[in-house]
Amino acid sequence: MKTTPSASSLMSRENLYFLVLAALLLLVFPVLLDAFRLNLVGKYLTYAFVAVGLVLCWGKGGILSLGQGVFFGLGGYCMAMFLKLEASSPEATASQSTPGIPDFMDWNQVTELPWFWQPFHSFSFTLIAVVMVPVILALIIGVAMFKRRVGGVYFAIITQAIAAILTILIIGQQGFTGGANGITDLRTLMGWDIRGNEAKTVLYFVTAGLLLACVLLARHVLGSKLGRILVAMRDQEDRVRFSGYDVASFKVFVFCLAAALSGIGGALFTLQVGFMSPSFVGIVPSIEMVIFCAVGGRHSLLGAVYGALLVNAAKTGFSESFPELWLYAMGALFIAVVLAFPNGIAGLYQRYLMPLEKKILGGLGKAARTPSTAPARQMEETP
Amino acid sequence: MSTSRDFILTVEGLTVSFDGFKAVNDLSLYLEHNEIRVIIGPNGAGKTTVLDLICGKTRATDGAIRFKGQDLTRMKEHQIVRSGVGRKFQNPSIYDDLTVFENLEVSYPRGRSVMGALAFRRDQQVIDAVHEVAETIFLADQLDRRADLLSHGQKQWLEIGMLLIQEPDLLMLDEPVAGMSVAERKKTAELLKVITRNHTVLVIEHDMQFVGDIADRVTVMHQGQVLSEGSLAHVKADPKVVEVYLGH
Repeated sequence: MKTTPSASSLMSRENLYFLVLAALLLLVFPVLLDAFRLNLVGKYLTYAFVAVGLVLCWGKGGILSLGQGVFFGLGGYCMAMFLKLEASSPEATASQSTPGIPDFMDWNQVTELPWFWQPFHSFSFTLIAVVMVPVILALIIGVAMFKRRVGGVYFAIITQAIAAILTILIIGQQGFTGGANGITDLRTLMGWDIRGNEAKTVLYFVTAGLLLACVLLARHVLGSKLGRILVAMRDQEDRVRFSGYDVASFKVFVFCLAAALSGIGGALFTLQVGFMSPSFVGIVPSIEMVIFCAVGGRHSLLGAVYGALLVNAAKTGFSESFPELWLYAMGALFIAVVLAFPNGIAGLYQRYLMPLEKKILGGLGKAARTPSTAPARQMEETP
Repeated sequence: MSTSRDFILTVEGLTVSFDGFKAVNDLSLYLEHNEIRVIIGPNGAGKTTVLDLICGKTRATDGAIRFKGQDLTRMKEHQIVRSGVGRKFQNPSIYDDLTVFENLEVSYPRGRSVMGALAFRRDQQVIDAVHEVAETIFLADQLDRRADLLSHGQKQWLEIGMLLIQEPDLLMLDEPVAGMSVAERKKTAELLKVITRNHTVLVIEHDMQFVGDIADRVTVMHQGQVLSEGSLAHVKADPKVVEVYLGH
């Protein structure tokens, strides 16, 4: 088919943007930031997993979930359970009335490790659970909702209710979950101390590497026909249905994929922060996650990563100086995004900086152009 | 029934009731292979509802819809489409954010499952099919354009093209020339003539000139029922039809 020059330069530009992000995460931050700040960035990056999932599910598929904290939390709790069991060896917990079980269970008069904790002795099971537990829950919610054509605002409200329910459940079942305090005092991963600066730096690189891999995976999905069906579904659901597609199964798929990404983010969060608590599961964190994605640009995978980084950095900065004002600042930020720049940072970049960049790189781009069969999709291929 | 084998679509005793209001009431319709049938009738006669019922968007309260020997009333929408029924909506339903090429590609009947869509490759077969259909719908030079930049008439053609690429046996078009210029209407009539060489077409239309251009047979609907059926000249002369149209 016909080749448009803008398409080929867009393709190479997309790769360039990805490389810039990779360099920023893997070179610039580690060189410029001290161990404490780098660990903070690592923590922000775990939210970027959720934001990338939201781009797939909300930005492309049009399914707004206000309950991504649920999947983030489930991934985080799975990892925390494994680490807690490792920290609760009979020797380390000899002073408890029942040695060998997590300390909070002992405080709550639980005398035996509950059945659902048992498999978390295994690290390989835990790694699978980090992805599969969120996916299975998303599958159940997705099938129940999408097969019945529940969508839009109703779906958003239901996901929010699920976030509230899970928080209440975790807090209520203190003996099994650690309650409102969460699962704390995590120490080692397979004998490797995760609390030191060196370990945190290693975990930062693991997080950044996995995030980049997930962005590539998401890009692959969006580049396939499935990506175009998602966009088509968002705009004209009935047309897709009457083109022979089972719309519900596509929605379930993308919702599960977003849940899997969130779960991975949650597990990495637990590893880097050293604990997991219901405060990362409920309604407020779930909405914050949507804001990260919206600020970055909900149509742009890389934008979502920057959104998660910037909003979290702003949150830390604000909280250090004016802790009470943060919620107001974030509310204002969200209103600003909705009113002034609905496509987020990515949209602003496209509108104001891209023309400039084109002028500067114009000559360079011509030389680098390679033939491509992809048609132009200017609005879709955002940085 | 001995003749039902000759018909591609048999609708018998079709009734749908919305809270007691019968939008379609005991309607029967028989379509032959490669026939162009036009349904006309005043607003609210239930024309669009008939199409909704056939393609599964609305479920019938009573009656049977048989298409190539299958009972459509129990099938899901995407299964009905896969069995060979294509439906064009009244307002052009196209994917604004995708290019014309991608609009047609998404409609191409391969890789319709989740895994199929992930594994789908744009091979020569797909490209050829897209180009062939684009040629038919007068959009061959527009393939790289975003669909929302097309004119209203071009959008209507694109949606017809999205149906054609699915190679359905029955095409249902809801007011395909609404909002089109005279020149576009003429081109659309030609397009439909080409299409019906190997498709059965069921059209809802108001424009009598256009109806006369394309229809083999006309069905006049009124208050959910068939008022008259036959050639355009025949139904025009039918006193019941005259009364319904002029009585307004």
